[in-house]
This record gives sequence, C-alpha cells and structure tokens, in this order.
Amino acid sequence: MSTVEAKPHKVAHHFDSAEQEVAASKLGIWLFLCTEILMFGGLFVGYAIYKRMYPEIFLQGSTFLDWKLGALNTVVLLVSSLTMALSIYYAQKGQSSKSTSCLWLTLLCGFIFMGVKYIEYSHKLHLGLAPGAFFSYTETATLQGLPLYFSFYYCMTGLHGSHVLAGMVLIFWLIIRSHKKHFGPSYYTPLECVGLFWHLVDLIWIYLFPLLYLVE
Amino acid sequence: MSSNHHIVPFNVYIKVLSALLVLTVFTVLVAQMDFGVFNVLIAMGIATIKATLVLLFFMHLKYDNKLFPVIFLAGVFFLVVIFLFCEFDIMTRIPESSVL
Amino acid sequence: MSVNYLNEKKGLTSWLFTLDHKRIGILYMITVFTFFLVGGVFALLMRLELFGAGETFIPASVYNQFMTFHGAIMVFMVIIPGIPAFLGNFFLPLQIGAKDVAFPRVNLLSWYCLIVGSIVALCSLFFNGVDTGWTFYTPYSIRTDNGTLWVVLGAFIMGFSSILTGLNFIVTVHTLRAKGMGFFQLPLFVWSLYSTAIIQVLATPVLAITLLLLSAERIMGIGIFDPKLGGDPVLFQHFFWFYSHPAVYIMILPAMGVISELITTFSRKTIFGYKAIAFSSVGIAAVSFFVWGHHMFVSGQSEWVGVLFSFLTMLVGVPTAIKVFNWVATMYQGSIKFDTPMLYANGFLFLFVIGGVTGIMLATLAFDVHVHDTYFVVAHFHYVMVGGTLMAITGGLYYWLPKMFGRMYNEFWGRISFFLIFVGFNVTFFPQFILGFMGMPRRYHDYVPAYEPLNQLSTFGSWMIGLGFVVVFFVVLQALFKGEKASSNPWGAVTLEWQTDSPPPHENFHKTPVVGKNPYEYS
Repeated sequence: MSTVEAKPHKVAHHFDSAEQEVAASKLGIWLFLCTEILMFGGLFVGYAIYKRMYPEIFLQGSTFLDWKLGALNTVVLLVSSLTMALSIYYAQKGQSSKSTSCLWLTLLCGFIFMGVKYIEYSHKLHLGLAPGAFFSYTETATLQGLPLYFSFYYCMTGLHGSHVLAGMVLIFWLIIRSHKKHFGPSYYTPLECVGLFWHLVDLIWIYLFPLLYLVE
Repeated sequence: MSSNHHIVPFNVYIKVLSALLVLTVFTVLVAQMDFGVFNVLIAMGIATIKATLVLLFFMHLKYDNKLFPVIFLAGVFFLVVIFLFCEFDIMTRIPESSVL
Repeated sequence: MSVNYLNEKKGLTSWLFTLDHKRIGILYMITVFTFFLVGGVFALLMRLELFGAGETFIPASVYNQFMTFHGAIMVFMVIIPGIPAFLGNFFLPLQIGAKDVAFPRVNLLSWYCLIVGSIVALCSLFFNGVDTGWTFYTPYSIRTDNGTLWVVLGAFIMGFSSILTGLNFIVTVHTLRAKGMGFFQLPLFVWSLYSTAIIQVLATPVLAITLLLLSAERIMGIGIFDPKLGGDPVLFQHFFWFYSHPAVYIMILPAMGVISELITTFSRKTIFGYKAIAFSSVGIAAVSFFVWGHHMFVSGQSEWVGVLFSFLTMLVGVPTAIKVFNWVATMYQGSIKFDTPMLYANGFLFLFVIGGVTGIMLATLAFDVHVHDTYFVVAHFHYVMVGGTLMAITGGLYYWLPKMFGRMYNEFWGRISFFLIFVGFNVTFFPQFILGFMGMPRRYHDYVPAYEPLNQLSTFGSWMIGLGFVVVFFVVLQALFKGEKASSNPWGAVTLEWQTDSPPPHENFHKTPVVGKNPYEYS
C-alpha cells in the first residue's frame, strides 16, 4: 500500500494555489450538473403534462414494461454509486489499488446496466413497440395514442442511457490514470468530478424508475 | 493541502446504500397498492428521499461548499417554474376536442 | 515592440490551438464579424426586395429562406456570442486581475462548438434550405423541407458554446478575482457578464432538449409537439421561449455592461448608483425567466396565463429604467468628452429607450393583440437588439481597440461611422413602427401599395447602415495597420485592464494587481 504519488499533480499556470484549482473545478462541475438537470427537466415537464392529459395511455404503456428489470437496474446503479464514492474514499486514504478496483466495479455496473437496457430495448423493438412513427405493435388492442408513451419512454431512457455511456467512457479514462498512480490524498479532483456526474446519472434514474415502470 | 477535504467514514457509505436499497424495495411494494391520487405523490416522495441521500452523502453536499446546493436547487426551481406555467396554461385553456 | 499576446507565438496553429483567453477573444471577434457580414447581406437583400410592392427580384420561397437565415445567423452566431464571447472573453479576466479564465481548454472548446454548429447549420443549404424563421415553430418545422433538421442540430451545438462560456465566466468570477477585489469592487461590465452567464447556464439547456426533441420529431415522428399525434405545439413555444426570452437578455445585458464602462470613463466621473446598476443586472436576469409567455399572446395559450405574463413583463421595465436613470445621472455634471465610443453610448441610450418603451407597449396584452406579428414588433426588437447590442459592441470595439491591438483608430472617421449608423438606423426602423400601426404584417416578401413610400424610406436607411459598417471596417483596418501607437491608458480609465500594457502580455499583468479601492474612483 503506497501513499506516495508516482506523478505529483502540477497546478495549472493561471491558478495561484491547488485549493483555488479544486474550488474552480468543483464549482464548474456543479454548474454543469445544473444544466443537466434542466435539460432532463424538459422531458420530465413534458412527461408530467402529458400524463395528466392522457392518464389511460400512460397506464397502458407502463404495463408493457417489466418492473423487475427496472428494479434490477436501479439496484445496479445504486451499487455503482457506492463503488464510485468508495473509489474517492480510498484515494483520500492513499490506498490507490483499492481505489482502482472500485473504479473497475463501477464500470462493470455500467456494463450490466447497459446490458439490461439492451435486453429491454430489443424485446420491445421486436414486438413493434418502437417510438412514434415506427410504432407497429398489433398483437393486442391498444389505445390510439400509445406511441406517445413510448416516445417518452425512448427519449427519457435514451438520453439517460447516453449519459451512462458517457460516464463509462469517463470512468475508463479514470481507470487508466488511476493505474498510472495519478491520484492520491493530495490530488483526486478528476475522480470527484466524474463521480459527481455519475451520481447525477443515478439520481435521474431514481426518478425515471417509478415514473416509467411503476405508474398507476 | 487537502485539509478542507472531509473524508466521509466508510460506515456512512454502507448505511446510505442500505437505506437506498430498502427504499427501492419500499417504492416497488407501495406501487402494488392503490392510494388513488396519492400514488404519484408517494412515489415521488420516496424518490426525493433517495435523491436527497445521494446528494448529501455520495455527492458530499453535507460537507461541501454551501454554494453547491444553491446551484443545484436553482436548477430545480426553474424546472418547477416552467412546469407550473405550462400546466397553468394548459389547465385554463379553452377546451377543444383532442384527436385522441 | 515588447513581447505581447499577439507576437509571442506565430503561425496559424498557434491561434487555432491557443488557450489564451485574449487570442480566443480575437477568434470570436473574427467569427462574429464574419457572420455579421453574412447576416447583414441577407438583411440588405430583403430590404431591397421590399423596396417596391409586388415581387421585385426574389420569389416568396427564397425570401422566406433569407429571412430565416438573417434571423438565425444574427441571433445564434452574432449577438448571443457577440459581446460575452468576444469582448467578455478578452476583458473579463483583465478586469478582475486574473491570468486567464478558469478553464482555458473549455473556453477553446466553446469556440469550436460555435464553428462546428455553424458549419452544421450551413449544411442545410444542400437540403433546400430552411424557411421556418429562426423560431422553428411546430408543426410547420416538422413538415417542411429537410434543411430544418440541420439548422436545428446546428443551433443545438451552438447552445453548448453558450453554456460553456457562461459556466466558465461564473467560475472565473467566483475563484480568480485579484486580491482585495470583492464582489462590490467588480467593474460593472463583469457584473453584467456574470448575470448573463447565469442565464446562459440556466436557460440554454432547455433549448437543447427542445431542439433535440424537435430533431427526434423530424427523424422518428415522436409526436410530442405534433398535434396530429396528440402532442401540443404550444408546448413547443413554451419550451422555446423559456430559453429564447432570457436569451434576449443574454444579448442586451452585456451591452448594458459596456455602456456602464463607456459612460463613466468619458464623463470622468464615478458611476452613479454602482450597486443599483449591479443589482439591476441580476434583477433583469431573474425576472427574465418569468416573462416568456408575452411572445405567445396570440398562440392559443390560455387568456389567464396571458394576463399573468403581461403583468410580469411590465416588471422588466423597473430594473431597466434604474440603469438608464443611473447612466444619465452619471453624465450629469461630468466632464463629458464626445469621443467615438461615447457617441455610441449616447446612441445606445437614445435607441434603447425607444426600444424599451415600445417593449412596455407590447407587453400590454390588449395592445399586443392589435400589433402582433406586424412591423411594429420588428421595429421594437431591432431598436433593442441593433440599437442596443450593436451600438454597444461597436462602441466597445472602438473603446478597447487600443488595448486589444495597441493602436489608435482615426477619430474623425470613427465619428462619421457613428452618424451614418445612427441616422441610418432611425431612417430604417422608425418608419417600421408606423407601418406596423398601419397593419403591415411581418415576414412577407410583399405588401399592398399603400405601404410603399415608408418601405422605400426604410430601404434607403438600410443602405446608410450598411455604409456605416463599411466605414467601421476600414477604420479598424486602418488602425490595425497604420494606427498611431496607443499608450497603456489612452482614455484615462480606472478599471484594471488599463493598468497593463497595450496590447497585454501573455499572462495579462507583469505583476498581479492588488485592489484596494472601489472601481470608478476618479481622482
């Protein structure tokens, strides 16, 4: 267990101190998270409005989703949030190999999440439960406006899924840097910033799960 | 130099995850029951408790600069603004027949 | 010549991959003025078509595309990035005594977002162009030619440019101020950029999701904004204006910041009501989020919401008027020098007040229903956007030209350019108020013959404005290549950027300044 950093971080030229640099990075990432909330928010507002306008459609739509898969993905993301947080915890303690392992676990959770999503998507597309104009489901009688529900389903989970993918790429980048021993008790800002992003993705899923899978 | 950086104890992380998992089970169970108009409110209430846990502990808001929750809540606030105005508009519009 | 940011490195790549906020500011300057030229040519062509009643030389479909390009280019590529990304990038770090913005790489990325976004938008030309107007209202934008998708995606990408710039500025102001500079020692230009940045960060994401949904609508027919599939097209307008109304303040707030600097410098007097101006900037930013529905009075939105939005819109007049009164009070008993930047500042005051007062008229629900979608509205927002923002950006360009390039411009021709633009502007747009009252609808390539004389007057005016900007162009060129060398503080101004060399060195200051007093203290 080494507490020595192989490559000490160099503060960028325009900052006076490391504290200033950390404060700037964190403020920046929080502002970015704020923009993410508002971007997803547009979809949530649309969902809320149309759900009140067409309650039957949303009720029928949710019966096509398997809440067990949704719940599984919820658990996966929650666990991944823990491993992400622990990766920072171990970096703070100077235990860099444990920190790296936690990042690998987080990445694994990301793969499981996307795998489950793939199963869900391919199953629905196979049935013809496609978004909007491509909707071709005919097996049972459905309400006329049902494609609208699936438009929301695909837009919301699709935008969320693209964020999971982006998060996975970033975590992979962290793993590479972590193997090179870039992080330690004195410098772990990238871990923190990507971590915050990853938690936000989890946060959004916490709302998506009951809204899409459990509506009554 | 990282003196201002609070290290959250390991146990806290584990407790938070446990609470989150319990709440997930709870939200699934509650969804099986019918509380009428309260269904959505209860589901959103549980989700908000979960979100608050993630924000406070995983995202370190409890220990960090107090500007960050302000930024976060500003985003949520303007979301509520756009929702309320749109909803108020649609609810008070002259009703017309929908195609559905 | 001493080493400065312009000559420390050479070659095109040293510019395209620069992380220096000053060089990025110059990149923005070139980009913004290039697009201004393109958008301006479209405007001149439209005015030429409107010279006479009937179809003169372009058919209606082409006119609609010119109108859309003029609007989209001027909004997304000229006035939104105009002052914040060009003057703001250059002078925000200088004014707060910082070496750079907080995230130099993000800063460069935001410039590339603007470039990539505009290239994507221009791709629409290969797909029959776009004729929706810059507002992309559904359901027409779902059904019209394919070029629309490209412009929508282009605007989406340019939105990131705006978000990243705003994010960068907020962080910079919070973390990189010089020692001793509290929030109430910030120059007012910085206050205005800070307020603008808040809007950029909070409003632009909603535009992003709206444009994404519109793209999905065109690609997959998701139906969220399509009435045929149960969607609500008015909801699109809500989402769109939730961004685009605050965006109007993204355009005007930084202009107000520039004017604050110009008026205090050329009156040789401390700014009157520093805190009032600072807080009114933030106030305008806050109020801007609650007024978007005044664009939709006749869209089919509920009358109740219309009344509410009408009332809320009036509130914008309060912080705006506070600013105007403070500027006038600053000039009172000052030793005013009418150099070119000050002429532009006064032109701004004159035109902006007309634009603002007609704005209050339009906020009145009953009046707006009468003149909605007429030339009255066109005249109103051009008085604010062109008379406001463009006067400020041109005035700011003259004011800071010595600092940016270390050269003085020709004062005589500078003043000539002002008079051409100022008079030309009024000749162009004042008749449009009258045309609007007479009932001439906007966005048409044709009109009834009764409107012809005033339209011809308006077209004459547009040539004067065009000539005025040609003069500006040559004045700037002359200054760059043949101008007298400028001292470090030619105007006797007191903000920090004038304490360093002209042009400034790579890290802005040879010795990081320490601030001990309030800004604008003239001894």
